[in-house]
Amino acid sequence: MTSALVLEGVRKSFAKNEVLRGIDLDVAEHEVVCLIGASGSGKSTLLRCVNLIEPIGAGRIFVAGEEITARGVDANRVRRGIGIVYQAYNLFPHMSVLRNVTLAPTRVLKLRRADAQHRALELLERFGLADKADDYPDRLSGGQQQRVAIVRALAMRPELMLFDEVTSALDPELVAEVLEVIRELAASGMTMLIATHEMSFARDIADRICFLDDGVILEQGPPDELLSRPREPRTQQFLQRIIEAGRL
Amino acid sequence: MAGQGGRGTGLPLEPAPVSRRSRILDLGDGRGGVSIAVVSTLLVFGALVLLITHAPGWPEVKKTFFDWGEFKDSFPEIAHAFKLNVKIFCIAEVFILAIALLLAVLRSLPGPVFFPLRLIAIVYADFFRGVPTILVIAVLGFGAPALALQGIPTSTTFWGIVALVLVYTAYVSEVYRAGIDSVHPSQDAAARSLGLTRFQGLRHVILPQAVRRVIPPLLNDFIGLQKDTALVGFLGAIEAFNQSQIDAAATFNYTPYLAAAVLFVAITIPLARFTDWLILRDRRRRQASGVAA
Repeated sequence: MTSALVLEGVRKSFAKNEVLRGIDLDVAEHEVVCLIGASGSGKSTLLRCVNLIEPIGAGRIFVAGEEITARGVDANRVRRGIGIVYQAYNLFPHMSVLRNVTLAPTRVLKLRRADAQHRALELLERFGLADKADDYPDRLSGGQQQRVAIVRALAMRPELMLFDEVTSALDPELVAEVLEVIRELAASGMTMLIATHEMSFARDIADRICFLDDGVILEQGPPDELLSRPREPRTQQFLQRIIEAGRL
Repeated sequence: MAGQGGRGTGLPLEPAPVSRRSRILDLGDGRGGVSIAVVSTLLVFGALVLLITHAPGWPEVKKTFFDWGEFKDSFPEIAHAFKLNVKIFCIAEVFILAIALLLAVLRSLPGPVFFPLRLIAIVYADFFRGVPTILVIAVLGFGAPALALQGIPTSTTFWGIVALVLVYTAYVSEVYRAGIDSVHPSQDAAARSLGLTRFQGLRHVILPQAVRRVIPPLLNDFIGLQKDTALVGFLGAIEAFNQSQIDAAATFNYTPYLAAAVLFVAITIPLARFTDWLILRDRRRRQASGVAA
């Protein structure tokens, strides 16, 4: 079986600052991989590179067996099959929720408006947002906005979903509803790469957790193993600070 | 005289959610505020009127600038000539809005490939913002027809419009650019992540937000354009200002200028209120639930 996502020696620098220093990662189909690590360890950059929003400096990335970092690959086509959800939702504020969700399916996949709306309403319904279809994003709570952002990505029927600290900007009481959505996606078999600070959520949902430190995957393994018995001193240090902050 | 009034590229501002009322009409809280406002307004304006009407030269000024008979006599002709101003700024504005948007988009394209296009846009904006409008009008209005090339229009109105389009496009493209820059890059990232092309992202995500934010300064430039249509009269076209000059010269009375002024103001003020309304409507729609809009 081909892997859903493979990263080989991926490097990325901003000016002289090397953020990713050789990332190797293999994500199987239907696998849920969580990326943990301190801010600045390269989690977000890694996700943005997979989505080709950031060009990589060296290495190769494969999605479903195809090298997407090869010369001449149409980045727009690649992005169609990969959904990404950002920390700051990034909904389009001048469009209703429904138009936010139908924009890409109609413009990129060339779906008929009625079909796109049908697809959008089905998804909104599934995640308890059907009554918000005509609202503008400003009117929604952070949790609702983030769920809409997830729905917007799902409307493209991606094979791979990337989540970039999607609960970090939320009030604590709104975190659960968003995590619930991601749990449901995991249950439905979606392949996901999730950067998160929510350790108990990661323990719950991940098949595997990767600890990023200073641009490399320092340690990885099943959640229980990595979170309970980390081998690397840096991992132990990081988890210790998380525990002290009461987040685990 | 080259009407360089108030064109900034200043960003206007996501309307502040502080007050729903207009700042000018914000009279403070309750009836006390209103009555204080009324009294102070009356005092200030009363004092001004007293000062002016008691000036030694007032009777003379009144006769030459505020002669009701002159006003009535000259008004119909000037109003007729004003139609030419309206025609000029309506035609010019359509081209300005379209070409300026194109320029602004060219200038926002990233990467070394687009450098020549960006350079052209920058040189254009720098040049035409630097040259006085009246010079561009004179050069084109007198120069272009003098070339006597076959197929080149000789109408002064035509060249007046071309000159205004050239000059105002430079200003308006800067306004658009400010709007485009004010849309957070994450919006573009979100659009591109969904698989939209650069052009689709611009068209559906960036530009609609950018243009909405710059409607007030766009209107500001539109008003400037309306006033600068009077400069086309310099080429000999009989527009409102030229007509009022003719009338004034014939009667040695300046009241026709007042008639022209009234016409200009009559068209710019409703436009300003209309823009306020547009902004308010947009804000309400975004803040209220979608169903109610």
